[in-house]
Amino acid sequence: MRAVRAAETAPTLHPWLVHAKELRVRAGRHLAVDGLDLTLTAGVHGVLGPNGAGKTTLMRALSTVVKPVGGSLTLLGAQVDGRADLREVRRELGYLPQQFGFYPRFTVREFVAYMAWLKEMPKTAIPDAVQRAIDRVGLTPKADAKMKTLSGGMQRRAGIAQAIVNDPELLLLDEPTVGLDPEQRLDFRDLLRDLGADSCVLVSTHLVEDVVAACTDVILMNEGRLLFQGTPDDLIARGGQGDAGDSPAERGYSALLRQHRSNA
Amino acid sequence: MTHPSTTILARYADGGHGLDDAALWSIEVHLDACANCRASLAAKATPATTDLLDRVAVSLGQAIEASPSPTRQRAPAAAVHRRWLAWTLLPWLAVTVAVLGCGVLLDAAEPSLPSLVLLLAPVAPLPGVAVAWSRRIDPAWELIATTPAAGLAMVLRRTLAVLVVVLPALLVAGVSTGTSLALTLLPCLAFTGATLVLGALIGVRRAAIGLAVVWSAAVLLPSVAAQSLSPVLQPGSTADWVVATAGLAAITPLAATHFRRLTSGN
Repeated sequence: MRAVRAAETAPTLHPWLVHAKELRVRAGRHLAVDGLDLTLTAGVHGVLGPNGAGKTTLMRALSTVVKPVGGSLTLLGAQVDGRADLREVRRELGYLPQQFGFYPRFTVREFVAYMAWLKEMPKTAIPDAVQRAIDRVGLTPKADAKMKTLSGGMQRRAGIAQAIVNDPELLLLDEPTVGLDPEQRLDFRDLLRDLGADSCVLVSTHLVEDVVAACTDVILMNEGRLLFQGTPDDLIARGGQGDAGDSPAERGYSALLRQHRSNA
Repeated sequence: MTHPSTTILARYADGGHGLDDAALWSIEVHLDACANCRASLAAKATPATTDLLDRVAVSLGQAIEASPSPTRQRAPAAAVHRRWLAWTLLPWLAVTVAVLGCGVLLDAAEPSLPSLVLLLAPVAPLPGVAVAWSRRIDPAWELIATTPAAGLAMVLRRTLAVLVVVLPALLVAGVSTGTSLALTLLPCLAFTGATLVLGALIGVRRAAIGLAVVWSAAVLLPSVAAQSLSPVLQPGSTADWVVATAGLAAITPLAATHFRRLTSGN
């Protein structure tokens, strides 16, 4: 029996899961991401920014929906450009877009199973994976209800379920807490922490408190550029009593935006 | 395989008296695999044991009848996908078939005019193909585009769903009007292939619209205006359509990688 080398049994984790350098991405004719440098490893990363900051465009680029027009982007060790075959990267992706579209006549289970099928999960593994995903987002009683009969918050949770069904290495959630009630938002924070243990989770949201409560890393964008990346404590440290906001984190957020605008 | 003796089986049937744990375990493992010994054991069951088994069987039967019936087996994901596709394409395909039907009626009413069935055949599948892979029509398009299944294989499956309806409709229309079946079906397939090849670069919807516009401007409208069928649809052009269809079918797989790249307009 030959000795097994450590490299053969080591997990195939990449040193960083997302690496963008001077990334430029268009949204229509507008350059929504303009020279962004970003490196993400495993953990939960929150993206904050005002409307029009480029958060959704960034999420769409990282999910391989749109092609960057400049700079470089590496996802899970693969260079994402006009020549790359994206199948391997997409098998390890989970994505919930801001404008979440679904098939109204599908049940929750059917919709999540359909997405699992599209993600080329092994057919025998799909039923259990679907049930697990539905249970994790708290939709077990509604698993066989048609999507069109669900409330907005439940539909959003079904969207999260389809994003996590394949246990993705890179999970991108754009405004995942829209429509969730306060209790559900607390449950969602727990889910985020759980997911971030093994993968890179990027959450884009307007809610500063959600980011501070659940994320180990905070990213602030404005006008397509990165203004700040650091821990929630670093964000809080940037704010002062004179800055706008109801919480230390919001004051830190306001302070950084004010500083950016005054330097512009 | 060593079978337990008749005496051992009788003791086992009587509750295992005089048999230690190892012997009991050994007998049970053997009974799992040996139908003959199970039959022998059943014959040795005491009246009390038989009565107990009967009561348990009755009780289980009652419990099963009282419990909810098994849930309906859910359709696999592929079948769900086909159901959505059918619902989405139905109106467009119905319109296509209706237009072809009108073409048949016009050809019958005005035989002096160039055949509308022949003129419409190349573009007949294009509305369905455009709709089947359209980010505006498919509400989950943005989700689907981020999955590894998004690519030529999916586009082909959806295109096939369109052709399954359009080709028979064209066949019936062609037979009804007495037009050349080769000139009815080959241009349809050629334009479908061209839509996919071009669609890999500029997007399937744009390709379908572009080809339909070009065909209408270059062939359909001039033929109707001149009341004379274009040379590209004359009987002598059949060989050319065969070559075009075969060529496009051959290069369509080469477009597969483009559908998986971000250069695709899809």
